[in-house]
Amino acid sequence: MEPILELRGITKRFPGVLANDHIDLKLYKGEILALLGENGAGKTTLMNILYGLYSQDEGEIFVKGNSINIQSPTDAIHAGIGMVHQHFMLIPVFDVTENVMLGNEYTKPGGFLDKLKAASHVRAISDQYNLNIDPNAIIEDLPIGLQQRVEIIKILFHDAEILIMDEPSAVLTPQEVEELFKIMHSLIDQGKSIIFITHKLGEVMECTDRIMVIRGGKVVGESTPEEANPETLATMMVGRPVELKVEKELSKPGDTVLQVENLTVVNKNKKIEIDDISFDVRAGEILGIAGVQGNGQTELVRCLTGLIKAELGTINILGVNSTNFDPRKITELGVAHIPEDRQKDGLVLPIPVEDNLVLNTYYKEPFAKGIVMQPDVITNNANELIDDFDIRTPNSTVSVSGLSGGNQQKVIVAREFSRPIKLLIASQPTRGLDVGSIEYIHRRIIEKRDEGCAILLVSTELDEVMQLADRIAVMYRGKILAIVDAEIATKEELGLLMAGISTQISGEKRKPRKVREIVT
Amino acid sequence: MENTSKVTKKIFKKVEKAKSRQRIIGIIMFAIGMLIYFVLSRNTSPDLETLFVMTPGGSDVTTPDITFNSLLITNILAILCVLAGIFQYIKGFGKFTNIVLVLVGIMLTISFLTWGASGGSINVGGMLRIMIVRSVPIVLGALSGILCERAGVVNIAIEGMMITGALVGAILGSLFGLWIGALSAIIAGGLIAVIHAILSIKYKVDQIISGTIINIFTIGITSYLVTKILQEREWQYLNESGIFLPFSIPVLSKIPFIGPILFDHKIFVYAMYILVIVLTVALFRTKWGLRLRAVGEHPKAADTLGINVFKIRYVAVILSGMLAGFAGSYFSLGSAGYFNQSMTAGRGFIGLAAMIFGNWTPVGALGSGLLFGFAETLADNLQLLNFPIPSEILLMVPYILTMVVLAGVVGRSRGPAAAGIPYEKESL
Amino acid sequence: MKENKFSKINNFLKIFLEEVSRSSLTYIILAVFTGLVLGGIIAAATTQDIYEAFDESFIGGISASLKFIWKTYSSLFLGSFGNPSKMVSSLFSGDKAAMRTAFKPFLESLVVTTPYLLTGVAIALGFQAGVFNIGGEGQLFMGSIMAGWAGWTFKGLPPIVHVPLALLIGILAGALWGFIPGWLKAKTGSHEVINTIMMNYIAFNLSQYLIVGPFQDPNESFKTRFIEESAHLYRFFEDPLRLNIGILIAIVVAVLAWYVLYKTTWGFEIRIVGLNPKASKYAGVNSSLITILSLTISGAIAGLAGSVEMLGVNFRAVQSLTTGYGFDAIAIALLAKNNPLMVIITAMLFGFMRQGSRVMQINTGIPIDIISILQAFILFFIAAPAIIRTIYRLKEPKQGDLTPQMTGSGEKI
Repeated sequence: MEPILELRGITKRFPGVLANDHIDLKLYKGEILALLGENGAGKTTLMNILYGLYSQDEGEIFVKGNSINIQSPTDAIHAGIGMVHQHFMLIPVFDVTENVMLGNEYTKPGGFLDKLKAASHVRAISDQYNLNIDPNAIIEDLPIGLQQRVEIIKILFHDAEILIMDEPSAVLTPQEVEELFKIMHSLIDQGKSIIFITHKLGEVMECTDRIMVIRGGKVVGESTPEEANPETLATMMVGRPVELKVEKELSKPGDTVLQVENLTVVNKNKKIEIDDISFDVRAGEILGIAGVQGNGQTELVRCLTGLIKAELGTINILGVNSTNFDPRKITELGVAHIPEDRQKDGLVLPIPVEDNLVLNTYYKEPFAKGIVMQPDVITNNANELIDDFDIRTPNSTVSVSGLSGGNQQKVIVAREFSRPIKLLIASQPTRGLDVGSIEYIHRRIIEKRDEGCAILLVSTELDEVMQLADRIAVMYRGKILAIVDAEIATKEELGLLMAGISTQISGEKRKPRKVREIVT
Repeated sequence: MENTSKVTKKIFKKVEKAKSRQRIIGIIMFAIGMLIYFVLSRNTSPDLETLFVMTPGGSDVTTPDITFNSLLITNILAILCVLAGIFQYIKGFGKFTNIVLVLVGIMLTISFLTWGASGGSINVGGMLRIMIVRSVPIVLGALSGILCERAGVVNIAIEGMMITGALVGAILGSLFGLWIGALSAIIAGGLIAVIHAILSIKYKVDQIISGTIINIFTIGITSYLVTKILQEREWQYLNESGIFLPFSIPVLSKIPFIGPILFDHKIFVYAMYILVIVLTVALFRTKWGLRLRAVGEHPKAADTLGINVFKIRYVAVILSGMLAGFAGSYFSLGSAGYFNQSMTAGRGFIGLAAMIFGNWTPVGALGSGLLFGFAETLADNLQLLNFPIPSEILLMVPYILTMVVLAGVVGRSRGPAAAGIPYEKESL
Repeated sequence: MKENKFSKINNFLKIFLEEVSRSSLTYIILAVFTGLVLGGIIAAATTQDIYEAFDESFIGGISASLKFIWKTYSSLFLGSFGNPSKMVSSLFSGDKAAMRTAFKPFLESLVVTTPYLLTGVAIALGFQAGVFNIGGEGQLFMGSIMAGWAGWTFKGLPPIVHVPLALLIGILAGALWGFIPGWLKAKTGSHEVINTIMMNYIAFNLSQYLIVGPFQDPNESFKTRFIEESAHLYRFFEDPLRLNIGILIAIVVAVLAWYVLYKTTWGFEIRIVGLNPKASKYAGVNSSLITILSLTISGAIAGLAGSVEMLGVNFRAVQSLTTGYGFDAIAIALLAKNNPLMVIITAMLFGFMRQGSRVMQINTGIPIDIISILQAFILFFIAAPAIIRTIYRLKEPKQGDLTPQMTGSGEKI
């Protein structure tokens, strides 16, 4: 059978990086092909080439056997290729129809828009695939899951045959993921073909027909869900056997360090982000917060670290009522914070590494005397930390923007861990990092725990939480549904909690859901 | 349970904040009513009458003048404003709030005029007619800004483009006639805009800095050319363009009251009417407008759909410059008949203010342009009336209003999301 | 003891030079040079004699153009620095009057430099904190008129009290004009560019009103009263040399601003707020406060510029449109890459050009406005480094530029 899409020898170089190295790929009509790889493996680069956002340095693209030259998204759209981007490409203030028809507008003579016709087409697509989208809804009023469907309608509106989906499940709840898989299958039932980009092994096993693994810009293996198992895929992805379990001893919890009672946070639009939650973290233990992104974890961390205000409730750190303290006061209590978005929150990219290493202590002795900064002390401090934490940088005065993601994160970890801290609040500490850096940071966190530091770990990667935490709290829509002991928690149980289904009541409330059979 | 009720209380407080905006507006209306009563009515003697002349001077379409008792009218208007304020404070006008606020503003203005002209007369028709004329460069400047910012490029160089248009219009108008003058002013504005486009789109220079460069350059070069060339006697013939003659629109100009105010003007006024309509339709009803707005809101999204972000921005910036150039030619070819360096006098910046005040829509720009034009007209006429307010203070009103609107005290204005941010293709 | 002092000065010079070289000097010099060449071409192209020369022969035209451009810029130089030979001979003759005449251009250039230096530092400080202060002009206007008010209202004060008092009132007026947009930005998120532009026009109208209204000289319309003798800034020389202590004040302010920005924790805070406001919050910096303070201080320094002009040079306010200082200051700050020490040099460049252009206009008939054109060209090349790099085939700079994000904490215009 002739593939509907074929890539031959695609190569793309960025300054200093070989992002794609002679990649070959075949996609057949009516299949879901998983493109599996670590962050930075080159998956997104490859797809951006296919979609015309980058152009390849070498290699050819064939659609239905014909070599085509894709220079821009327009070419890709003409070739029947569509893409659901990781960050949605929707205009918040436009309505669904406007977003969908943009670039392929229905017009009346004279260039006037024919919105009615477009809207009825949108409605038709929505009905055909059971997407349940109102063509007149304004995008910013729609929840994330529905916005993603608008992205899919957009592609179908352009009559695409080949759909590229870049990490589509990252922003969805397990239920929404389930819905998404259903939609994907109804798409291939109607003759579409899908390339599904992901780094989550479970999803690959659940919903794809074929799996292609990419590492360091090269194809390192192909498989099918039937043949493969998670361990072999992980090994292929990373290039060496991966210890899926982190070595650690049982925790020996001490006194309570962080105590949160009835905490409630309300955002600018009067929406309750955190809804009356209570928990505590004790010295020498890791409390993991699991949950799908957007269930209040970000706000919880920001509130605990003083970046946003609590509406109600109290936060007690080391016996001090620190509710609504400003960030500096909280830091001075001995709290370290690894922020969710390191480039936006944790670092000032254009300034030197050494200055970033004192970003929240610059005003203190010995880094400053009065208001006068002490550059020599700051440099010495930096050199010590660069050695201690194995930060790969030419020297301490280059700007931190030049460092790799893993080394940038190490700068933050070095800064936070080098202070005497009693409580560590780590939010997505390994997001977007390579496996080496992930392992390093995990080790450091466990070390801190064993030193007697209380740790609050927030991660949307359930595996990470299960590996590191001693107790696991699951957040759903701003509430903590349950706090369970990590030793006895099962993935299934946590998964249900993440979907908002409490185990105690699960018997009555859970509706039987049709689990999709794996297509062979 | 108790906790939940606390939460609702807190949320209620936030709703109260939105309510407080409504109340502030109510208080403002009430205060205007009180102002009319205590400052104006109290200082009007009961037997004086005000004569509102409704026919602009020189017009042959006459409208009967209106004479009324000054005190009675100011009192009525004061009561209306107070009532509106009370209603707004207690219940709120909802989505009609802005309209009512405008009405209250109009009532305040009428009261001022009534009081100022008590025992005498004032040519209201004439003032409204001048308001239209005065608003032309402001509205055109605002339209220029809208076109540019809707595509995601901030244009603070409207002033510079205007002054270029004014000079080029005057010189080529003197040489080849008024129409060629106006046309070349449009082209000159477009050419200056090309610089802004190249700097801010191609070289990704901060758009404010690019605009500043153009303002410094154009103000410098026009001034230079005037001193070096146009002031020399032998070259003076280059700066004697003369002006377009007004012409009245058949039928429409014969409508009593409205006719002579709206439809007996020079080409620039009619162009303003047409451009407001054309731009409204083009931006909100056409494919081009949809794409342009998309580029101004989320250029990456537009790019992934195969829309050429750079091309759309180039076209928008250049059209914006052409509009500003045309606005500039109004000064030389529509008003003075020659060029001088101070003729634009910051109108480009007032245009920018009108754009914001009109919430980035052409119709809004027309409305705010008329308001700012009226402020200028009133400032001109202050000496005729016996107002205690100096004209300079009145001329500050547009700027203060813009700052108030921008701060969101009275209603919020929201500009295009991507305005001011250069688009980089490879940053996906 | 003496040696110690010397080494301190030496040390300081070292730091100064280092700062100068760090700011990619070559590139700036090329930008200025290219601007001057283009300005020369415009000057030649608008001069009739040149066309006549070209009518005779092409070579003749070229040489006439070159001669003309040389004459233009040499008179610009003479006008700004003075005639070196006259300077030397006057020094040898010991004739005070001759000395005054010989050194007048140079000293007058310093007088013009003073407000440029102060407003340049003001704008640079704003940029460092991530705020774009286009309101320098309005802040200068308010500083000037209010310092003037203090100058003529208080009578019988000794200069030691009167001068600081008047300066302070001018500074406060400028600070208020910076505070309002700063506060609005921090509290409501409305963009400072629009607000400072609006504040400019409010300032113009307000000072117009004051000049023709309450502050008007009873004997002369459209002008204010003169300030009291006791409010005059100290002048170094006799009339007509106007050089006053203002230039020293300006240099002190520039050095102080540099020291605070690069050597203290306050400066660190200002810079990180300018570069990444979100991270600055994370670092425990009160970024709204820094935004408000930076615009307020920026306004205060611009207000000081106006006060110094009033108390040291003008002694009264006259009805006028703009001075152009506020806008030129943007060019000065950007040319100096927002480094206050570099501003000393770039402000001198602009100040000397502005002064020299007067002589140039007399000698060659080239209007003063050529300076604005030159400034626009220079700023053009500074703002778009790629253009200069392409013309002169320069290499990419090694390290990323430290230009702060102009959009501050994510607000849009």
